[in-house]
Amino acid sequence: MEARFRGRLGAFAIDVAFEAPGRGVTALFGPSGCGKTTVLRCVAGLQRLDGRFALGGDVWQDGGRFRPVHKRPIGYVFQEANLFAHMSVRANLLYGHRRTVGRGVPETIREGEVVELLGIGRLLDRSPQNLSGGERQRVAIGRALLAQPRLLLMDEPLAALDRFSKDEILPYLERLHEVLSVPVLYVSHDIAEVERLADHLVLLRDGRVVASGPVQELQADPALPIARMPEAGVTLPAVVQGHEPAYGLTTLDLAGGRLQVPGDLGPVGAGRRVRIAATDVSLARQPSAGSTILNVMPARIVAAEPQDAVQVMAVVALGEDGQGARMLARVTRKSWEMLGLAPGQPVFAQVKGVALVSKEVAGD
Amino acid sequence: MIWQPILLTLQLAALTTVILLLLGTPLAWWLARSQAWWKEAVATVVALPLVLPPTVLGFYLLMLLGPDGPGGWLASLWGARSLAFTFEGLLIGSVLFSMPFVVQPIRNAFEAFGDRPLEAAATLRASPLDSFLTVALPLARSGFLTGAVLGFAHTVGEFGVVLMIGGNIPGKTRVLSVAILDYVETLQWTEAHLLSAGMLVFSFIVILTMMTLEKRVGRVKR
Repeated sequence: MEARFRGRLGAFAIDVAFEAPGRGVTALFGPSGCGKTTVLRCVAGLQRLDGRFALGGDVWQDGGRFRPVHKRPIGYVFQEANLFAHMSVRANLLYGHRRTVGRGVPETIREGEVVELLGIGRLLDRSPQNLSGGERQRVAIGRALLAQPRLLLMDEPLAALDRFSKDEILPYLERLHEVLSVPVLYVSHDIAEVERLADHLVLLRDGRVVASGPVQELQADPALPIARMPEAGVTLPAVVQGHEPAYGLTTLDLAGGRLQVPGDLGPVGAGRRVRIAATDVSLARQPSAGSTILNVMPARIVAAEPQDAVQVMAVVALGEDGQGARMLARVTRKSWEMLGLAPGQPVFAQVKGVALVSKEVAGD
Repeated sequence: MIWQPILLTLQLAALTTVILLLLGTPLAWWLARSQAWWKEAVATVVALPLVLPPTVLGFYLLMLLGPDGPGGWLASLWGARSLAFTFEGLLIGSVLFSMPFVVQPIRNAFEAFGDRPLEAAATLRASPLDSFLTVALPLARSGFLTGAVLGFAHTVGEFGVVLMIGGNIPGKTRVLSVAILDYVETLQWTEAHLLSAGMLVFSFIVILTMMTLEKRVGRVKR
């Protein structure tokens, strides 16, 4: 997927260019008003700026060539579900389906499959007016999928929902990710959502691309604005290695390290995704004896960036050789200087907290 | 005898409504969605009959439809002298006179649902015509109902324009409102009473129906 858009909307200038893999979820992430929705609308053809867009070898826009929206093989999920109020849920679901499968487009996503996946079976004969916000958004996702998209575009599909409905939909989105092979372009300003769903990240600010790359790579770059957010951290793939039932712990293998986390996280060999916040990692020069912290792993400092007068954001790579997974550690400048820490040095990373991001994740 | 003006009026109103729906829908669509700077000027022209005295409109129509105007030239195509004082002339006048009552509610209905449903339809592969037929029209149905009822009723109730360009030719241009005047002038009170009371009941039913429909359709829409 290759995108380049440039133009003005009133006083706001947009100049973006990025490439993203043709599979998995790519998040367009940035603060409100950074132009991410505009970029998504340009990809859909709902808005037109100068530029180019191609998916695989299929060019949708280039110079004077511009394929109209209704001829692009997309699915679009709006912030508000935007269902057709005069049709039943079923008629909504099949609106795009009739116009694709009904005209000879091969059916790769079936009605039954979508209804099951999104749990909307008992809503089919209802009218969209009688649905909750979360239900409406699930139907909207189903409607977009049944149009047999080759690219699914989602514009903050959770932003208009309350916390409760968000938690209701997120698992469905995760399942989509696992079950379907359609690439997704996902607009969001919520880092937690992005970490949970995305594989690839395009970071936008003031109509420009700040950085673009795999999520884990960008998370562990101390120079980027996401590392400055209070909730900065990394999400890492892990594999269940064993259990310690006497203590109720599960041991997870990470690249270059091992974690023990509370609870039974599933059978040995299962893939999991964990999140480690920068504030939950501290650094020590020696392996601390007599500490209650369970997870202490040898690592090497890769980079560091002072954040303000008080704090330093350090990136450490697990393993004595420093070849393993990267984590962020937010430490005070005082302790950083007292311990004489610097990039290249071996340290011990003490992890105070680990959050499970999602139950099921195919290993990246 | 008393039925002739009634039938003529119904015929005129029905034809006017059909023509207005056919002409008014694209016009209302354009007014609702165009970005052209001069569209409000067009909207104003459409709305003029709301404020103009019917006699003014009738006067200009008389000029246009008469033997010396373009209407006269048009009429000469089928050997007539003029479009004034004919049913066709009356129809043209009614269409112009009732246009705001049809165009405005339809335009409002098109504007009420905004761009979003049409954008959704486009992302689901509906061509512009397809989404107009399957999304815009059904979503605007309350506007069409209101427009049709108002257009019909307003045509039934017109008087000034008819008098100016239609005259009082039985079976051709002698519609209800003119017939009532006629009966009063010739002191035929029974007929005048019958038609007037009929119009009163008709108007009451029209407005009541419209209000009920609007409420029902409105509820489905929310």
